[in-house]
Amino acid sequence: MTYVLTDSATMVRRNLKRMIRYPSMTFQLLIMPVVFLLLFVYVFGGTLGAGIGGPTGGRAEYLNYVTPTIILMAITAAVQGTSISIAMDMTEGIVDRFRTMAIARVSVLTGHVIGSLVQTVLAMTFVFGVAVAIGFRPQANFVEWLALAGLLIAMAFALIWFSAALGLASKTVEGSSNIGLPLILLPFFGNGFVPTDSMPAALRWFAEYQPFTPFIDALRGLLMGTPIGNSGYIAFGWCVVIGVGGYLWSKKLFNRESTR
Amino acid sequence: MNAITATGLRRSYGDNEVLKGVDLNVQRGTVFSLLGANGAGKTTMVKILSTLIRADSGSASVAGHDVARDPNAVRAAIGVTGQFSAVDNLMTGRENLKLMADLHHLGRAVGKLKVEQLLEKFDLVDAADKSASTYSGGMRRRLDLAMTLVGTPQVIFLDEPTTGLDPRSRRAMWEIVRRLVADGITIFLTTQYLEEADELADRIAVLDNGKIVAEGTADELKRRIHGGHVLLQFNDPRHLEAAARVVHNASRDGEALALRVPNDGSVSSLKALLDQLDEHSVPVDSLSTHTPDLDDVFLALTEKVTQP
Repeated sequence: MTYVLTDSATMVRRNLKRMIRYPSMTFQLLIMPVVFLLLFVYVFGGTLGAGIGGPTGGRAEYLNYVTPTIILMAITAAVQGTSISIAMDMTEGIVDRFRTMAIARVSVLTGHVIGSLVQTVLAMTFVFGVAVAIGFRPQANFVEWLALAGLLIAMAFALIWFSAALGLASKTVEGSSNIGLPLILLPFFGNGFVPTDSMPAALRWFAEYQPFTPFIDALRGLLMGTPIGNSGYIAFGWCVVIGVGGYLWSKKLFNRESTR
Repeated sequence: MNAITATGLRRSYGDNEVLKGVDLNVQRGTVFSLLGANGAGKTTMVKILSTLIRADSGSASVAGHDVARDPNAVRAAIGVTGQFSAVDNLMTGRENLKLMADLHHLGRAVGKLKVEQLLEKFDLVDAADKSASTYSGGMRRRLDLAMTLVGTPQVIFLDEPTTGLDPRSRRAMWEIVRRLVADGITIFLTTQYLEEADELADRIAVLDNGKIVAEGTADELKRRIHGGHVLLQFNDPRHLEAAARVVHNASRDGEALALRVPNDGSVSSLKALLDQLDEHSVPVDSLSTHTPDLDDVFLALTEKVTQP
């Protein structure tokens, strides 16, 4: 298979074109994290900020606390688009056409995945821009920015493969649009919006060991220029586990027989 | 040389055995039609031959390559236009064709030329830059088939290509299929329309309940069931009377000067009839043979033997 790259590039072009033709979905996925950002900073931020911030606590403090979570939510929202667009594709005849052509099979999936990655990076950039516009001031140095970008892209890539599998597993397009909901809620059951030590014991145990907690820890530390301990490594480890698992699962689901 | 051979193909979905041992051969450069009602197993057959699914047992080869052992070589030689349209609705007709050209690695210049030729050939030039979602059923099928042809396949599978089309679009599709055959492409066509098989196919196999129940040319199939007859026309009532005395089982054809004689339409039985008339010097003005049409054949062949 010497054409994996060529075919994948062709499929990426196809998917980017489809995103441009169907902008309402991109818009929908983009608007959710921004609404959460504004909601949490302006509605809850005063009170929550006072709770976490100690002497300097307040809305500005909470903006710093919650922005990394909202950037993560930009990823979890955008990857729902991956599930939906793959499920849409699978219900149309064109995938069966691809299956009967002598092309690199995986390119059908990589087309979606790379296309979604572009979409997700744009979404993260947009959300970050809004956060800066309302007063977020990151303190990261050059190396920290690089680490940040690497970690965000790794998590986006991992969750996209995972969502690709979810999209392939769902029988209908409607089903695929609900399947991502747990991913959206997961940051709430972690350190996304409030520190875990304010939670009851069982929930706190879950919150401390779920994958998004070290990820958000690492993002906060890198953005604000504070030490991150080993959370960066743990977060990256989770990215590898989720990404490889999602990739293998997707591949298995895609190679099973067409059932239409 | 066979473009397609299948031996003992079986396939079940769960407990439901869809194909129960199918054998067939399709000669290169011909149109082969698999005729059958809904649920007979036609689409399953196409899916196996086009490498979409595997047979449970039996073997098949397409364009000289085994479908199970060398699916990629098969894929490189075939084109498939399925029952459901396989076009990208968010893209224009031209973009859909361009996508196929890219996936066949045709290169920019060759690909562009091919796309424009196909748009021309399939009468899609005016709609080339409109989104495929706005196309009519007939246009969508044409685009679908044009996409199949980008890779210049040797064997084309057409799974019910005219289902759901209006009569005019159906005729246009037939015309396109005939032109493909003229180019030397082998066509495997499934249809539930007898008329379509009659119009297009060199050979027809009737698939019923997962088995081939008859195979042959349209004429051979029609001769296989009884009910054919010869109509003898006379220009003099006396000749008619004379013939009626000579030929057994003949019946008058109303007020016309014609006699209807049961006959299977084969050369030998026709010769026997003519010899008989000749022997008694009965002048016949004209003669025509009438075989039952494919509808009769189809119903006779696929009649349910047992009723629960």
